[in-house]
Amino acid sequence: MIRLTVNGTVHELEVPAYRTLLDCLRYDLGLTGSKEGCGVGVCGACTVLLDGKMISSCIALAGFADGRSVTTVEGLAQDERLHPVQQAFVDAGGFQCGICTPGQVVSAKALLDANPNPTEAEIKEWMVGNLCRCTGYYKIVESIRSAAQRSRA
Amino acid sequence: MNDFDYRSPRSLDEALAILGEYGEDARVVAGGTALVTMMRQRLVQPRCLVSLRDVQGLGRIEANGGLRLGALVTHRDAEVSPLVQERIPVLAETFRRVATVRIRHMATIGGALAHGDPNQDPPVTLLALGATVNIRSARAAREVPLTEFFRDYYETALEPGELVTAVTVPAPPARSGAAFLKFLPRTADDYATVAAAAIVTLERDGVRCREARIALGSVGVTPLRATSAEALLGGQPLGESLLQAAGEAAKTAVDPLTDHRGSAAYKREMTAVMVGRVLGQAWEAARRSAQARP
Repeated sequence: MIRLTVNGTVHELEVPAYRTLLDCLRYDLGLTGSKEGCGVGVCGACTVLLDGKMISSCIALAGFADGRSVTTVEGLAQDERLHPVQQAFVDAGGFQCGICTPGQVVSAKALLDANPNPTEAEIKEWMVGNLCRCTGYYKIVESIRSAAQRSRA
Repeated sequence: MNDFDYRSPRSLDEALAILGEYGEDARVVAGGTALVTMMRQRLVQPRCLVSLRDVQGLGRIEANGGLRLGALVTHRDAEVSPLVQERIPVLAETFRRVATVRIRHMATIGGALAHGDPNQDPPVTLLALGATVNIRSARAAREVPLTEFFRDYYETALEPGELVTAVTVPAPPARSGAAFLKFLPRTADDYATVAAAAIVTLERDGVRCREARIALGSVGVTPLRATSAEALLGGQPLGESLLQAAGEAAKTAVDPLTDHRGSAAYKREMTAVMVGRVLGQAWEAARRSAQARP
């Protein structure tokens, strides 16, 4: 039995030891926002926050999160109101097909939580490893910059 | 992934007892970035996974003359630690160059050493700095110099029942400087084609080399010291021809594999280039240090 707090809700689950955190979120809890891309911790599509720190949930076992707090992309919006990072991705066109977007958004939120006023170099260094295969990275960086500005305003 | 017993001991003694019980059938897991990935690829199929997550006391960074980094210190912890940044800046910089922030939040120092992957960055700098690995089993504690720790591709001196508890890094001597470089022709989070670290200590004259240590990654079955290059440096002043000679000598220490990061011949040539560069940077840092505090 493991106990996960996911986006503020406590879940007690019986899962096999080999269950990854990503599969647990997607298949046991139905939170399909986090995606499996590479499955080896490289692409960033499965990025979630574990006790506030971004990790690759595809190479974390669900057991690693026992007793801890997980934030997924589903936990960012408040009711109908998008998180400032999500709104900025919409407004600045920070995505095309969308499969990398949950990971991009969660990583960007983690960045702004740690550093509300990042330089472009800091944004790029932080976002290394959140791969986008369609649109390139300019608009993603732009989205994050504009989210930072908006959060300061 | 195969099914396995998952154990989360709360103390080191408890962890060691479980390891003793399962022997070769147990694997220790900390951040999981290496082991869980290998398990997903079915390269490793342990009967028991011993998670160190809840073991207290292995996550500290302490000054003890040099530094003692607990096995559960993450790469990110080491990168952002003011203590590491101040005492041994090259070490903080090396951790900053590993993979991505996301992976650095997960991957631990002890895990990286126990993994024994010759493509990792921290072992290279730790080798150059003369680090030692602290190891425990249920029966004994021992300390192994990093030069004797790496045995072969993904093989270390760790015996079944043993685990890494810490790595100890001596304080860099007076009039010394260090540098770490990795050559990345593909992406910033990739393994290096060649990684190189060096520490140079100067004589009192602030000009001639007293001692230098050079270490390399991704160019053999283990991270390795380029002792053939080091041997050329004692008593010598820095010069372009010396850097070149050291680079050439380092080529004899390496045995790289051809892969998508470069052919073996290319990596051997790049070894010479990277050794020359890293040595030049370390030497320059040593000279600044000697000028500031002769």
